Amino acid sequence: MLRLIARRLALGVLVALTVMTLAFLLTRLSGDLAVSIAGPQATQADVEIVRKAYGLDRPLYVQFFAWTGRAMVGDFGQSYFFKDSVANLIQKRLPVTLTLGLVGLSLALIVSLPLGILAALRENSWIDRGVTLFTMVGQAVPSFWLALILMIVLGLQLGILPISGTGTWQHFVMPGIVLAFTAIPALTRLTRSGMIEAMASDYIRTARAKGLSRARIIFKHALRNAAIPVVSIAAVQLGFMLGGSIVIETVFALHGVGYLGWESIAKNDFPVVQAVVLVLAVFYIGLTLLADILNALLDPRLRTG
Amino acid sequence: MSALLEVEELQVSFGRTAAVRGASFRVAKGETHCLVGESGCGKSVSALAVMNLLARGGQRSAKRMSFAGTDLTSLSDREMARLRGNRMAMIFQEPMTSLNPAFTIGSQMAEVLTRHKGGSRAAALDRAAELMGRVGITAPGMRLGQFPHQLSGGLRQRVMIAMALMCDPELLIADEPTTALDVTVQAQILRLLASLKREFGLSILLITHDLGIVARVADHVSVMYAGEVVERAPTAELFRAPQHPYTRGLLSCVPVPGRVQRDKPLGSIPGIVPAIGAGFAGCAFRSRCAHANETCTRAIPRRPMGDAHDYLCRLEPGWAELQPA
Repeated sequence: MLRLIARRLALGVLVALTVMTLAFLLTRLSGDLAVSIAGPQATQADVEIVRKAYGLDRPLYVQFFAWTGRAMVGDFGQSYFFKDSVANLIQKRLPVTLTLGLVGLSLALIVSLPLGILAALRENSWIDRGVTLFTMVGQAVPSFWLALILMIVLGLQLGILPISGTGTWQHFVMPGIVLAFTAIPALTRLTRSGMIEAMASDYIRTARAKGLSRARIIFKHALRNAAIPVVSIAAVQLGFMLGGSIVIETVFALHGVGYLGWESIAKNDFPVVQAVVLVLAVFYIGLTLLADILNALLDPRLRTG
Repeated sequence: MSALLEVEELQVSFGRTAAVRGASFRVAKGETHCLVGESGCGKSVSALAVMNLLARGGQRSAKRMSFAGTDLTSLSDREMARLRGNRMAMIFQEPMTSLNPAFTIGSQMAEVLTRHKGGSRAAALDRAAELMGRVGITAPGMRLGQFPHQLSGGLRQRVMIAMALMCDPELLIADEPTTALDVTVQAQILRLLASLKREFGLSILLITHDLGIVARVADHVSVMYAGEVVERAPTAELFRAPQHPYTRGLLSCVPVPGRVQRDKPLGSIPGIVPAIGAGFAGCAFRSRCAHANETCTRAIPRRPMGDAHDYLCRLEPGWAELQPA
């Protein structure tokens, strides 16, 4: 078990390093940073001053190692536009994104697990067909469109929820729903197929032959096995949700890390962009690691691996 | 001997396919009764129907199906679940997949006892360890904490047997329990079943296609073909004077030391078990039978031959003796 965790952790560090490199290179590819920092009115001389001041005249690898070295100790430099350190900015915005992610994932699980189980137990019934249709529609609906529809209905017509901003818990309801919807279809279908497979297995026949109660058969013996693929995919889905949160935070003007990323991309604030990408990547790696550990707890066959 | 399990005219169908067509058999207290027949003849389905464990879409009905005086057809799902694992237990052909991979052996065994008899988990684990020792598993204490994937097929089948015995059942249904195991382990498991029968006063309904197993462990035999019991008899009687052409065909397929002549081929039965739909009449074996004639398309009488021996054929008792060998 410990060996498994250590191995996954090492793998995670490698992935983080790769992401750092890519984030660094991509920001440099997007144009001459000195020109965009100096602004449209700047003369050639101003641009050169900026280039020197920000160290952009140094060779690329020097810039990269300087940035990586500082990033390792949590120093991501100064934002060019927010007049604040990048670390501070992220620290302020992170709770918003985390709250949104947690609300989204909880909602997604609350909806998709029961739906998937119900559909599996009533395979081929009208309930099952209804659930399948729901997941197909859910898959097809773009999240920004759903966000706008919710804003119109819940925000403007019914007036029960605020349509933008970060102030209170009500501000997280609509974005949470929209975010949950990016994961619900896949999680529901996975729960359904996992449960169908488990319920048809020999060990469930054994459980029935033992005379166990239906609840125990479904929720202990079948769900435990059906949960294994669901956990793996839930981690990947959460990654998508983090990416999706950029869109959703922007649509709802929710001041989280995603919104920060969007703002800084628009303004070529590359220290912030690099840090945001890295933070999201670390999240993703952490979640995958968590899923691996959770799966090893669920499935003893993985523990020795 | 009084009957522990009595099944009369059991019918099981999956959609339009009739899997069991009026099978009747009885398992007396303390005996081993074998259901024998080739693949697809309905023997496993009959056993699952008795346990009410048919897969989805399976429909069962019976003129009579009683266990220790209880009418099984009238029980609700809940009442049936209270019998299963408690007074009637079942083990399966696939020891590799019949245990839940996610739980320890101990937890899977213990829950049978706590479900039916209550009591603490610790007491249930003690009982599990005791039974594991009884079925020949060494170091049961260690095995209790292990997961199914850490055990071999033979060990897993022993665990299944020990688990089936947790509540001291009266009837054990064993569906081809040794088919997936290699020959030496097969022999061990069969010996184990025989000794458990004596020790626990178990009645066993053993399903097999292997006449060698039948000869070794069965007290009574029901030969099934295409969803019907075509012949039933005490084991010795069946091997001595088989009547139904199908039974005779099956026996001719088995090499018997001393009786088989070198260089002469073993017997075989041409063709396969036909799938039978609604409205089928007459003998299901006629398409493969060397003795079939036009009367075989009509209703076939069940011919008694002594006390516990009868068979389903147009041919009179003793017809076989008139045949050239």
